[in-house]
Amino acid sequence: MTLHAITVLGHDRPGIIAETTDKLAGLGLNLEDSTMTLLRGHFAMMLICEGSAADSEIEAALAPLTADGSLTVTVREVPTEHVEAAAGTSWVLSVHGGDRPGIVSAVVGVIARVGGNITDLTTRLAGDLYLLVAEVDLPAAADVGAVERDLAAVAADLGVGVTLRAAETDEL
Amino acid sequence: MGTNPRVLEWTESDLGVAGSLREVVRAPAAVLSTVGDTVDPTAPETVQLAADLVATMRVSPGCVGLAAPQVGVGAKVFCVDVSEHPKTREHHGTFVLCNAVVVSGSRNEKAREGCMSVPDFTGDVKRPSRIVVRGQLPGSGEEVELEAEAFEARALQHEIDHCDGLLFLDRAAGAHAVYARKTYL
Repeated sequence: MTLHAITVLGHDRPGIIAETTDKLAGLGLNLEDSTMTLLRGHFAMMLICEGSAADSEIEAALAPLTADGSLTVTVREVPTEHVEAAAGTSWVLSVHGGDRPGIVSAVVGVIARVGGNITDLTTRLAGDLYLLVAEVDLPAAADVGAVERDLAAVAADLGVGVTLRAAETDEL
Repeated sequence: MGTNPRVLEWTESDLGVAGSLREVVRAPAAVLSTVGDTVDPTAPETVQLAADLVATMRVSPGCVGLAAPQVGVGAKVFCVDVSEHPKTREHHGTFVLCNAVVVSGSRNEKAREGCMSVPDFTGDVKRPSRIVVRGQLPGSGEEVELEAEAFEARALQHEIDHCDGLLFLDRAAGAHAVYARKTYL
């Protein structure tokens, strides 16, 4: 059994997921993790599936999706990743303000410098409003107060608002 | 907003039986997605189940509530005790309710929930933060109505959902509102 990373990108229309997953099911592939959204109206899906089909077989099965040029498909075998249990803390980072170049790179640079890891990220632009929401893991040793101060300084330079709040889970 | 004194004074010793530990089942166990049976709150097996739920909750670190389906029993019985939780405001201590329903709710709030029966995920769920719940106390079968708020309200709704065959996953706030759990209790 092998793992395959598949991306499908392009012009959105009803039925893309149904067609893609039907072809994958036909090859006996098991869909594991997947995510899909619309990016500026473009269909964008990434998924990891497991099975015994080769990349070339998967590409051939998905070829009809790309036939009219409206969608691009990539298929690549990937190794199994062993996710280590995180010892740090979980946070939700929100940034919003007037659109300008460099917001994302400046803000996530603060996180990267302390060894923080972003595990989920969405950015959106609507009119002049730019929005970033990220799930962030900070190492146990990180000085959260210092991270907040650095984020505030970067945000002030950019003229945007930033908040970092604990991603608390209510255990029920 | 006032607590119900009858529920507040209730303790598991009112059941008159010792609780035994039961194994907590995890999704995708079918019982977690099945509507629980309405129970006779005075039946000996209901009283024993109530005692077992409290005993199992007590030994589970951080556990503030446990519903019968979580120990593999498809029945409308759950226990709650949020008294030690930092987010708790007013509360009713430890209690068990049978056949409970949410009568009314207001002031929706969103929070991230985790569940012993779904150990690998957390998810954002919007729920009323002030509710009225009606149910029966095990043993006496007495009908009680209580007002709950904040963390106790969330815990009650989470457990009543279990009794109705619903997990927090069924109430996820959106397609990107369920997260892989990063740290384990």
